[in-house]
Amino acid sequence: MGEHLIIAPILIPFVTGALMLLYDDRQRSAKFWLSLGSAAAQLLIAVELVVRAKTGGDIGDAEGMSFYLLGDWPAPFGIVLVLDRLAAMMLVLTALLAIPSLVYARAGWGRQGPHYYSLFQFLLVGLNGAFLTGDLFNLFVFFEILLAASYGLLLHGSGQLRVRAGLHYIAINLAASLLFLIGVSLIYGTTGTLNMAHLANLVASMPGEDRPLLHAAIAILAVAFLVKAGSWPLNFWLPTAYMAAAAPVGAMFAIMTKVGVYAILRLSMLVFGETGGASAGFGSGILIMLGMFTVLFGLLGIFASQGLGRMAAHSVLISSGTVLGITGFALAGGGQAMLAGALYYMIGSVLATGALFLLIEPMSREDGGIAAMLALTADAYGIDPDDLDEVPDIGLAIPATMTVLGGCFALCVLVLAGLPPLPGFVGKIAMIQPLIAQTALPGALAWGFVALLILSGLATLIGMARIGIQTFWANDVPLPRVLALEIAPIIALLMILGTISFKAEVMLRYTSGTAHALHDTAAYAYGVFATPRAADRPAADEAQP
Amino acid sequence: MEIILSAAIGILSASGIWLLLRPRSFQVIIGLCLLSYAVNLFIFSMGRLAPGAPPIMPKGGFVDPTLYADPVPQALVLTAIVISFATTALFLVVMIASRGMTGTDHVDGKERSQ
Repeated sequence: MGEHLIIAPILIPFVTGALMLLYDDRQRSAKFWLSLGSAAAQLLIAVELVVRAKTGGDIGDAEGMSFYLLGDWPAPFGIVLVLDRLAAMMLVLTALLAIPSLVYARAGWGRQGPHYYSLFQFLLVGLNGAFLTGDLFNLFVFFEILLAASYGLLLHGSGQLRVRAGLHYIAINLAASLLFLIGVSLIYGTTGTLNMAHLANLVASMPGEDRPLLHAAIAILAVAFLVKAGSWPLNFWLPTAYMAAAAPVGAMFAIMTKVGVYAILRLSMLVFGETGGASAGFGSGILIMLGMFTVLFGLLGIFASQGLGRMAAHSVLISSGTVLGITGFALAGGGQAMLAGALYYMIGSVLATGALFLLIEPMSREDGGIAAMLALTADAYGIDPDDLDEVPDIGLAIPATMTVLGGCFALCVLVLAGLPPLPGFVGKIAMIQPLIAQTALPGALAWGFVALLILSGLATLIGMARIGIQTFWANDVPLPRVLALEIAPIIALLMILGTISFKAEVMLRYTSGTAHALHDTAAYAYGVFATPRAADRPAADEAQP
Repeated sequence: MEIILSAAIGILSASGIWLLLRPRSFQVIIGLCLLSYAVNLFIFSMGRLAPGAPPIMPKGGFVDPTLYADPVPQALVLTAIVISFATTALFLVVMIASRGMTGTDHVDGKERSQ
């Protein structure tokens, strides 16, 4: 039974999302509780999977990795799900972000359009599937699932700004998906496999004349991932789209860029890591440069932004640029320590940008803002006006609004700017130390990256402080009415951030184990083939439980 | 046959990219359709071209794999067609919504002269 737990993070939101399609759109309470139950179950399972990845599963484990053969087909022929430390960590991160975002949506956004909760669950299917799969074409399918759901979520709430941003977002992602397909099919054409582990095995012994084609294939594939990760020359759509998204959707989008980063990290370490033969380290220089330019772009963007929404979108760019750059350094042989720091930094920055996206709307809300917004949507969807009257009953307005909002905002800024004592600081220290100490790459490059990291923190601090002063000090409009349901998820996210900072040693030990496992590709590449089929397993196994 | 197929892929993707960069949303969606045809043909050709070779092998006995076409790219093409069809339909809906809200079919939602 326990071995089937790996597929649960995909099946639970899938079944929940499909089930909720049967409900009438007015039964929002039922839908909300179902979604929340599903997200909570995913969190529990993800935590269990992390424990399993740390200690080693009972079936087919290779240094804590578990493999799951879908349909019981043997390895390179069927699709395989792989659970390792990185995948388990990303699953927990997704669930941790999903629960506050769902609770927040309950306060108002969930009623802004049809099928919000179903789309949200399908987004989780795509995210969890993309983190778990060990097959390239299956990765494409999960990417499409999460993109299709994100198209719907981005347009959630309608309005001219959203539709226009959505048009650009969809066009770019459709083009990127076509590049993804070209890359995947070219990989199949040159190596004859779509299984990532099989690919990692084959790459060392590839004949020299096929190698350029494989490099081209992976480069095309990487362009598709870089579009999703929001890397510099491919990210001009991102700030507008993220800014236009509804607040809880924007919070979930904070992790969507990290799916692209995850795919690049996974594939490049697996295929072009130390075991890559003549291809080892391919593309590392480009990744470093792209990471640096992305951080620079985000840094300038923060200075140029007038509103908090655009600023938050640019801080998403900074965080994904940082992880991309470190991936490049790690690929070039910079060592495991900086990758461990980058993974830790990524957890903190995803949660902090998620919290910031949730904060934007209450902070910039003028009196009656939400009522006007609801009336507009009711007009567009022909919702019964009686429905709107229940809005104030949904929760209590909190006292000392400005104090609470200001405190939350300040904590988010501390994380994003990388000031002590929150995780942004610990993460940056954990990246900068090994960057300075490393000898595999020219020192100027590492120092340049360190300088950019510190400058991006400074830019975040200056830009956000400007917005904070405008909102909290130089503002004479009446106090906004903020519901407890809106502020509770933000406080929960900040408490998680505090815990991450407090337990930094445990977290860093976990991420350095993750970095070690990413460098040691043999366990992944051979573990998949060592996994026994259920049909071949001795009968004693079945008698055991 | 290789020449014809590669020329077809090349012409389709060239026209697709040109249309994708045009300012009208109708041109963009036609461009995306042409590009997806090009990509589908490309995926298909990755299984190597073999005229008259069936992709399904008979059951049992000795099978000479050189007499059969590779079934995997054909399965991939089917999946890719379904997915790109669905997402294109979704894109069409968003485009119509954009046309209705802004009153123009320019991808930026406003005419240059305005």
